[in-house]
Amino acid sequence: MNTTWSRFNIASLVLGFAFLYLPIVLLVVFSFNESRLVTVWAGFSTKWYVSLFHNQSFIDAAWVTIRVGLVSATVATILGTLGALAMTRYTRFRGRLLFSAMIYAPLVMPEVITGLSMLLLFVALGFDRGLWTMILAHITFSMCFVAVVVQSRLVTFDRSLEEAAMDLGATPVTTFFKVTLPVILPAVVSGWMLAFTLSLDDLVISSFTSGPGATTLPMRIYSQVRLGVTPEINAACTMLIAIVTVGVIIASIANKRREVQKARDEQAAARN
Amino acid sequence: MEKLISSVASRLVILVPYLWLLTFFLIPFFIVFKISLSEVAMSIPPYTPVFDLSAGWAAFKASFAQFSWDNYIWLTQDPLYFKAYLSSLLIAGVSTVLTLIVGYPIAYGMARAPATVRPTLLMLVILPFWTSFLIRVYAWIGILKPEGLLNQFLMWAHVINTPLTILNTNTAVFIGIVYSYLPFLVLPIYSALEKMDYSLVEAAEDLGCPPIAAFWKITFPLSLPGVVAGCFLVFIPAVGEFVIPDLLGGSQTLMIGKTLWNEFFSNRDWAVSSAVAVILLLLLVVPIVLFQRAEARAQESEK
Repeated sequence: MNTTWSRFNIASLVLGFAFLYLPIVLLVVFSFNESRLVTVWAGFSTKWYVSLFHNQSFIDAAWVTIRVGLVSATVATILGTLGALAMTRYTRFRGRLLFSAMIYAPLVMPEVITGLSMLLLFVALGFDRGLWTMILAHITFSMCFVAVVVQSRLVTFDRSLEEAAMDLGATPVTTFFKVTLPVILPAVVSGWMLAFTLSLDDLVISSFTSGPGATTLPMRIYSQVRLGVTPEINAACTMLIAIVTVGVIIASIANKRREVQKARDEQAAARN
Repeated sequence: MEKLISSVASRLVILVPYLWLLTFFLIPFFIVFKISLSEVAMSIPPYTPVFDLSAGWAAFKASFAQFSWDNYIWLTQDPLYFKAYLSSLLIAGVSTVLTLIVGYPIAYGMARAPATVRPTLLMLVILPFWTSFLIRVYAWIGILKPEGLLNQFLMWAHVINTPLTILNTNTAVFIGIVYSYLPFLVLPIYSALEKMDYSLVEAAEDLGCPPIAAFWKITFPLSLPGVVAGCFLVFIPAVGEFVIPDLLGGSQTLMIGKTLWNEFFSNRDWAVSSAVAVILLLLLVVPIVLFQRAEARAQESEK
């Protein structure tokens, strides 16, 4: 490969990552700003975090967000994993085309359409809008993301492991829990995390499907942003970023550990 | 007995997610369509139902006569809606091209990087995706404001003397879409380029093909499936985008997602907002079907 291309590659990577990260870094930096003006640096201060912790409406919104996220991500992971199994294991069943359409369409569907249509369903069913309608909506769009993540792992899965288990007399259900699930677990876990962050981030679908009394953090931030930019919002955003970053780091360390452990087990097995 | 459990279990694997998606994803679209055909009423919910299944088949048939296309006629009479659809498609199209111009070199650089650093680069592209969409859009307000960081920097560097107006213009919307959707475009292109056999390019160069010609004749065509998938992943959601035009765009930024939102939350006109959603969906059916076929083909080739 000649060097001009390499230089071009390095430049595009550096510029690309600067573009991706600079706005987030600036947002975090200015959450520690002394001044009320978000864009003029006046010295280091944590006072916006202190005032955030005394803001009851933010704390309430954070609780709602976490509850919605935990419940919806867990149900979405179960449904999405089932969906992925259905897509990869059963290549022929009635309505498979419709099924795969319903798995892929929510990935690109504009949120305003999904939000509006779900709201109208809840109204038609006579559900009271609130926490639970929001959870149902979040499960529906995030299960499709889980299905795609798990499916990509299942496609490369070595089926002979399952066949071996079944030849040895295990039922399909036992085989799933003892053989398949442990192998696809990393994908299931990252599916759960994706579902959780999607739920944590969602503004549009939540706004349509929630009712009075169930305000999430993004809804709270959005209504504040419309009134103007304040360092308090920067502080709230920074905390959300921190939570997600810590989660991602823990997950990747856990993944590394599993891999190291697996490599060690394989070496030990090879020696015996 | 065990056999029975297994066969029931294998049915449930399909049935449970299937029924869930039917109930919460597909049926709602029919309800949207139904309500778009109903009259506006001053009540809660603010429309008169077109048909009521509890009234039996005769009433159901009779109700077809009551279908009202008024909401759709209303959409054609006010040029605002037509302009909003057109400008959404335009803004989404231009943003997709811009995202491709920004994203392709990143994906290319990643795929050509040494294999040991590739996982780290991949992680770095995915990481911003984990932080909230709203937060990432919000971050740009502080940068693009007239007294914001970009203007401060440019004035400090003596590039400009008076602050540029970027926030609340279409330029800000383009920046916002490119920034928010960049990972969706980089990832499929990267995975296409990474699988590519680079010796093809080397062979072409050995035979005297200039590097740039080799890129257009070999690398780019081979990355095309990734480019197509990435462009759909940017274009389709961008057409109906609400947060970006609302926070970064100005009063002259017309986008249909914003129109629908205002129709629903400000005018409380559920019937017209349903009609807006139905037309938007019809506009997007072709790209969505093309996207699904591209995905299905990628699935097949991986097996």
